[in-house]
Amino acid sequence: MNKYYLDYLDQLEAEAIHIMREVAGQFQKPALLFSGGKDSITLVRLAEKAFRPGKFPFPLVHIDTGHNFPEAIEYRDRLAERLGEKLIVRNVEDTIKKQNLSEPTGRYASRNGLQTYTLLETIEEFGFDACIGGARRDEEKARAKERIFSVRDEFGQWDPKRQRPELWNIYNGHINLGENVRAFPISNWTELDVWNYIKREQIELPNIYFTHERECLVRDGKLMAWSNFIHKDPEEELVTRKVRFRTVGDMTCTAAVESVAYDIDSVIAEILDSKISERGATRIDDKLSETAMEDRKKGGYF
Amino acid sequence: MDILRFITAGSVDDGKSTLIGRLLYDTKQIYIDQLEAIESSGRVNEDGEVDLSLLTDGLKAEREQGITIDVAYKYFNTGRRKFIIADAPGHIQYTRNMVTGASNSNLAIILVDARKGVQEQTRRHSIISSLLGIPRLVICINKMDLVGFDQNVYNQIVEDYKQFAQKLRVKEITFIPVSALKGDNIVSQSTEMDWYNGPSLLDHLEQVPVSSDFNLENARYPVQYVIRPHTHEHHDYRGYAGKVISGIYRKGDEICVLPSGAKSTIKSLELGGEALEEAFAPMSVVMQLETDIDISRGDVIVKTDEDLEVSKEFEALVCWMNNKPLKPGAKLILRHNSTESRAVVRKIQYKVDINTLDNNEDVDQVELNDICRVFIKTATPLLLDRYDKNRANGGFILIDETSYSTVGAGMVASISHESELNYMI
Repeated sequence: MNKYYLDYLDQLEAEAIHIMREVAGQFQKPALLFSGGKDSITLVRLAEKAFRPGKFPFPLVHIDTGHNFPEAIEYRDRLAERLGEKLIVRNVEDTIKKQNLSEPTGRYASRNGLQTYTLLETIEEFGFDACIGGARRDEEKARAKERIFSVRDEFGQWDPKRQRPELWNIYNGHINLGENVRAFPISNWTELDVWNYIKREQIELPNIYFTHERECLVRDGKLMAWSNFIHKDPEEELVTRKVRFRTVGDMTCTAAVESVAYDIDSVIAEILDSKISERGATRIDDKLSETAMEDRKKGGYF
Repeated sequence: MDILRFITAGSVDDGKSTLIGRLLYDTKQIYIDQLEAIESSGRVNEDGEVDLSLLTDGLKAEREQGITIDVAYKYFNTGRRKFIIADAPGHIQYTRNMVTGASNSNLAIILVDARKGVQEQTRRHSIISSLLGIPRLVICINKMDLVGFDQNVYNQIVEDYKQFAQKLRVKEITFIPVSALKGDNIVSQSTEMDWYNGPSLLDHLEQVPVSSDFNLENARYPVQYVIRPHTHEHHDYRGYAGKVISGIYRKGDEICVLPSGAKSTIKSLELGGEALEEAFAPMSVVMQLETDIDISRGDVIVKTDEDLEVSKEFEALVCWMNNKPLKPGAKLILRHNSTESRAVVRKIQYKVDINTLDNNEDVDQVELNDICRVFIKTATPLLLDRYDKNRANGGFILIDETSYSTVGAGMVASISHESELNYMI
């Protein structure tokens, strides 16, 4: 084999590092949005590769709905400690009070939509001009058309018609005052690529990504982790199952999948075998309508 | 496993969406929930099968307006390769989208309807692919089922295309007769066309060389960011973070920093704290030098053995991507890798007819989706390569100074070095 051959994971890594450094080079006040999920954990590893032995040129920012898995929060705090990097946490709870927002009610009540308010408030508070996020184009059809540098107006809105053409590896980060950019270094990675990278880099993950017994609420054929944050209809049933999470978002909108995968290799085997897409298996928020993601992105979501 | 990035060009009528849908479906990248979403929309083809073209269906905003706004990216992999598809809409007004999708592609799939043969659109897509330096084209002659899998029809189209393709500058052109709808020659060999002995489309995509597309001759390292930890442990550390966009660098190589011309030697190359003996395209690394010289973002580190010069004047092919026309004298921001400069378009030399590749010299302004050859002067000297010699260092974008939109994509065609110019500045 050619000596100058770069494996696909190395190519994806090189591209992501390049994008992160462009963000650091082109913006005054960037931030890395950290959720505690595997994609943002991957971003942190890429940032280490991009900037060590220096400090990150951005803080980690977590928008906490207050309904997160305790395991993910614990992991987040431990990671920030180990990295010695600044972690900023802002709570949806506080935004609800400050802006006098209404808590969503009903069967599908989730603060997922309210996260956008807190995110925009946090961007304003710190004057962030670029936010690095872990969104991937393979996740959803609205994301398939997203740029790597995605310009948002002061309301955070995504306007597919205003998107800038993005050619070669050249990214245009010029913005007007009040606008900001969302930057997506792992745009070209798939779910499987992320897992293979986590395996190769031996990255530790929150344990809810692996099999464990959990009390779940059965809803629309999906298993929701049972917690006080979820509204239970009388006819809905609670069961205890061996599950894991394929995506880790808010407890109110992330479903578990039945699984006995106890380590990264068995998770990868399971994904290869899976017949349902990542977001399809686990996201209640996308199922609410056919264009749920497109609508949320236009409203300032990632 | 490596990565093949390819673009698919063609309109809905050519069966492009069906082809992509078929590739994804037959390689098992389509999940049940995605199929359910299509089935629940109630659209099936005449055989009662799921309409695979819906797998690439777009946004609500696009459906409402009946248009395709943008390039969509799709992914699949086989045991041998990861594939990134840039799915670009094919109509003439979307030249800008096709140019965008083509900029990063190693290969273009161009669809020809077997019933219609080589069309204006076929020529346009081929010419854009060639201008953007895509080394390999695959001409998929689709809907063979509708011409009774007739070898003569196929042969005639291949002949016609070859005739036209003499104008193109591509490394390799491959012809494959397919039926995206029925799956013939997409993933597996067709049983209907015994006369065709070549590979199926997927076989071809899995085998076509890609690593040779990286230029390993001309070492170019644009500095993106300077790492200065200022810690006790790394008190004097000064690392230049960047990406080897072309060529190879080794520890101990003599280097030159442009535009300053300062020289030094590579002390170390590293990635993630691990020392490397050498770094090659397209790796992102950190470089340390033996001596302390003033280097900042936008500088380019090259090797002294190439004896390179920066320049402020050059000619380029520009694809114009803005509604407001480009006129001679336009002042813009030019971004080339990690460098930016103010630039002026001094002269528009000619417009390229993207249907015939002829030059039209009678031109005073350039409209959206036009491709033209222009003369550009920049305020800051740049290290440029001709696009056809080094794709990674020959492309640039033009940015509007007030709206900050990306309004043009440029490819360097010829460079005037200062040492060759004999007029007074």
